Amino acid sequence: MRIEARIWLVLLTSFLLALMLVMLPLPDWATPFRPEWLAMVLIYWCLAIPERVGIGIAWSLGLFLDVSSGAILGQYALSYATMAFFTLKLHQRIRVFPLWQQAMTVMFLIIMHQVIVLWVKGIIGQSINTLAYWLPSVVSMLLWPWLFLLLRNIRRHFRIA
Amino acid sequence: MFADHRQHYLEDVRSALSIVVYPLQLLVNAPFKAADWASSEFRTHERLMEDNARFSLENLQLRAQLQKFDAMENENMRLRELLESSFKAGDRVLITELLRVNMEPYTHQIILNKGSRQEVFVGQPVIDAEGIMGQVVHVGPFTSTVMLITDPNHALPVEVNRNGLRSIAIGTGDLMQLELLYIPPNGDIKVGDLLVSSGLGGRFPPGYPVATITQVDIKPGQRFAKVLAEPKAELQRTRELLLVWPSPTQASNALNDAASNTAADIKPEKKAIP
Repeated sequence: MRIEARIWLVLLTSFLLALMLVMLPLPDWATPFRPEWLAMVLIYWCLAIPERVGIGIAWSLGLFLDVSSGAILGQYALSYATMAFFTLKLHQRIRVFPLWQQAMTVMFLIIMHQVIVLWVKGIIGQSINTLAYWLPSVVSMLLWPWLFLLLRNIRRHFRIA
Repeated sequence: MFADHRQHYLEDVRSALSIVVYPLQLLVNAPFKAADWASSEFRTHERLMEDNARFSLENLQLRAQLQKFDAMENENMRLRELLESSFKAGDRVLITELLRVNMEPYTHQIILNKGSRQEVFVGQPVIDAEGIMGQVVHVGPFTSTVMLITDPNHALPVEVNRNGLRSIAIGTGDLMQLELLYIPPNGDIKVGDLLVSSGLGGRFPPGYPVATITQVDIKPGQRFAKVLAEPKAELQRTRELLLVWPSPTQASNALNDAASNTAADIKPEKKAIP
């Protein structure tokens, strides 16, 4: 298989799996803890192959998430695009961080994404006033090292650079 | 985002994208569907017999009740003819199934497996066996999104079944709770009262059960009483739902009735955005 095709196949599969994890229904008590799978996978690919994955892909992924989750069109597109922008800006710095520091940075990137979503929701009158809203960023931080290692192994296995 | 929220220009885009998302949603739903299938397939014979006996008993009871309802409906029609306001019962319904996929956190929305190919339209009421569930907000070719009555952005015109006291039931973001607006402190309302849809606003057909009152809190000095209610529909558990096509004259009749009865306090269907 040509290398380009292989890269896009791996990317598409990982994004689809992440989107499915986002859509998977959880029991009520677990719902607030759901990590931001799609955002994390997106951040990883932005870090690993910034010349291929960027704001455009982030924007379209966000649009799909908008449709699948019934949010206002453009809410996630905007926040994912912004998140991808900052990840790309910082990617050379984040790459050399130790894992725990990377996880912290990812948490801040995801918090930024959540702030934008909160703004949009506030403007259209769906305000959220519970601190549980911020839990996904913390859970994502805790899961980041494992996701990072997993995705790095996948990337090396398929020899994507 | 402005175009989507205020003008609804982008409904076509959304419905086109929903086709792409549909296979994913089916895939996520598949394991749950398989589990359902397995649990119904591997029922024991005794269980089935038991169920059968229970259902035929229930059927008997319901049919006995229905006889009474038939008589009452006739009587109701006759009385309404006297009042010169025709009341057409009998809405067209379609049974649909829920796709078990996760939606936006902190909003109450669900996805149904019927869409514009089955003539589902935006604003269509959705009910279950117990009462009103919500209304359709987005329609794609194969799926549609329903906003439940407990969504913080949803408001539903209701009346107390006992005495016709009208109010608006708004969602609280809690699946077991609705709040009633504009109930004066001296309003005749008690814990346990049944709320039915009033048909004002023209979106929901009148007379479907909505909720039962669970708490009435009157504070002297407050202009309105704080009234909470629990939805009749099993918003958390129901898997089979009914889409309702209200008969066209019904909603406008309800409006006329209300207008002629009193200077009705007609409130808009949707809560105004602050």
